[in-house]
Amino acid sequence: MTRLILSRLVQALATLLVTSLIVFVLARSSGSPADLVLPTDATPAERALYIERMGLDRPIAEQYLIFLRDAVQGDFGVSIRTGAPATELVFDRVGRTLLLATAGLAVALLISLPLGVMAAVHRGRGWDRFSMGFALLGQSTPAFWLGIVLILIFAVWLRWLPSSGVGGWQHYVLPSLVLGWSISAGIVRLLRSSMLEVLDAEFIKLARTKGLREPVVVWKHALRNALIPVVTFIGFMYGVIIASGVVIEVVFGWPGLGYLAYESTLWRDFPVLQLSVLVYTAIIVGINFLVDVSYGLIDPRIRT
Amino acid sequence: MTQQAQPILQVRNLVTRIGGKRGFGNAVDDVSFDLMPGETLGLVGESGSGKSMTCLSVLRLTPPAATHITGGQVIFDGEDLLRKTGAEMRGYRGRRISMILQDPMRALNPVLTVGEQIFESLRLHRGLRGAALREAACELLERVRIPDPAAGLTAYPHHFSGGMRQRVVGAIALAGNPDILIADEPTTALDVTVQAAFLDLLKSIQRQDRLGILFVTHDFAVVSRMCDRVAVMYAGRIVETAPTDMLFDRPRHPYTESLLRSVPDVDRREERLYAIPGQPPSVFAPRTGCPFAPRCPRAMDRCRQETPPTRRLDDGHEVSCWLHEE
Ligand code: SF4
Repeated sequence: MTRLILSRLVQALATLLVTSLIVFVLARSSGSPADLVLPTDATPAERALYIERMGLDRPIAEQYLIFLRDAVQGDFGVSIRTGAPATELVFDRVGRTLLLATAGLAVALLISLPLGVMAAVHRGRGWDRFSMGFALLGQSTPAFWLGIVLILIFAVWLRWLPSSGVGGWQHYVLPSLVLGWSISAGIVRLLRSSMLEVLDAEFIKLARTKGLREPVVVWKHALRNALIPVVTFIGFMYGVIIASGVVIEVVFGWPGLGYLAYESTLWRDFPVLQLSVLVYTAIIVGINFLVDVSYGLIDPRIRT
Repeated sequence: MTQQAQPILQVRNLVTRIGGKRGFGNAVDDVSFDLMPGETLGLVGESGSGKSMTCLSVLRLTPPAATHITGGQVIFDGEDLLRKTGAEMRGYRGRRISMILQDPMRALNPVLTVGEQIFESLRLHRGLRGAALREAACELLERVRIPDPAAGLTAYPHHFSGGMRQRVVGAIALAGNPDILIADEPTTALDVTVQAAFLDLLKSIQRQDRLGILFVTHDFAVVSRMCDRVAVMYAGRIVETAPTDMLFDRPRHPYTESLLRSVPDVDRREERLYAIPGQPPSVFAPRTGCPFAPRCPRAMDRCRQETPPTRRLDDGHEVSCWLHEE
């Protein structure tokens, strides 16, 4: 187990390094922040001064090394737009993004576990078709469109829920519903086929010969086994939710990391953008790690 | 049977239909047999002859989508199980009628501890909780001779060998103090020495509990070791029933004869080579006459037109064959 953890850590660091390089280069190829930050009537001298102060005149490789040197000391620079440290801006918002993504995942599980199980148990019948249809609808509808429609219905017409921003639990309902629903189809489909396989297993037959009630056979004996292949996918989908959260945060005016990344892209606020992307990467890497660990929790054969 | 006792299980004219894309047919076709308390009845035949389907029909656990029990009676302890509701039926499974499956490597749930899988039955059938539950589970593991039962409870199935796992399945089967044990090829997947030990264990438990055992196998060596009586199945039908030694000494049905002839020596363990020409008919093939007729060396015209009834002969054999019609 320790070896596994160590090798995962090395992998994680390598991933972060490569990502930082890519983001660094890509961001700088999009244009100079000087165009956006400085007033349009700035003199060439003012412009040159700004560029020099920000270190934008040095070769890109040198800029990157400077970035790395500062980064290991925890200094990711200051926002070109506001002047606040990038770390402050970013870490202020990570929590909200994680909360929203987790709420989205919870919604996805709430939707897809029962649907996947029922689809398998009632294979080829009403429940099966309903499950797949419902899940597919969520998958094939673009998230931003679904978000806007839900805002129209529940916030504008019915006035039941807020349309944007953060606050109480009500603010979570619509965005997490959109996130959760959009990733349910894959989980439902995978869980359904995994359940179908498990329900044919010998130990399910044995469980029935013991006289257990069918719900116990399905939810206790079958589901735990059926979840094993699904866990990886759920972890992967958690990453997808976090990534697709950028769109959702913009649609719902959710002041999270995604919204910040979106703004810093518009402003060419490199330090903030870089750190945002790195934090995103770290989160995804962390999730993958958790998935590996949760395998051991769910499947005793891996533990020993 | 000359015994006075009442059979614990009487199966009468049981028919289980199976259907799917390939058509319909009787997987179990007019099957009747008795099982006495403390007796072992062997159910032998080639694979696909309906042995397993017969067992599952007794418990009413045949695959629901593809099969349907359409006729007959399964009288257990005086009550027809085919007339019970689903909930009533669950009260029989594991409590009065238990089952051991063929492949111990796949019969236990891999993600639940051995303890939990035994507790489940004990809670359900004996209403045990807490310390009494653990104690009873330990006793069960001791009965099936698992060393260090307390440690066994917290172990997972993959910690055990095949032979040990089959004992755990045995312990689960015994948890409800059943009257009948259905053993569907319980040792086929085990190697020879493990097999012998398991059969001995089964025998001794049977003697203590007066357990009726319905023993499915295609291995005549196991039959001669375990069974008091044998029913030979072919194409979903029982073609001959007789006490074990009489069946071996003097088979009366041509199919039994050829089966026995194809076993080189009962005591020598070799792969059975069924040298019977031809293939058993598909369940889905239309039936007229004796199902064995196409492969029977002694088939007559009549055999191809009419299905032979089951007749009881003077020597105690029950045979379904036109040769034994006077
Ligand atoms: S009834 Fe005819 S075909 Fe069938 S086993 Fe007897 S002799 Fe052979």
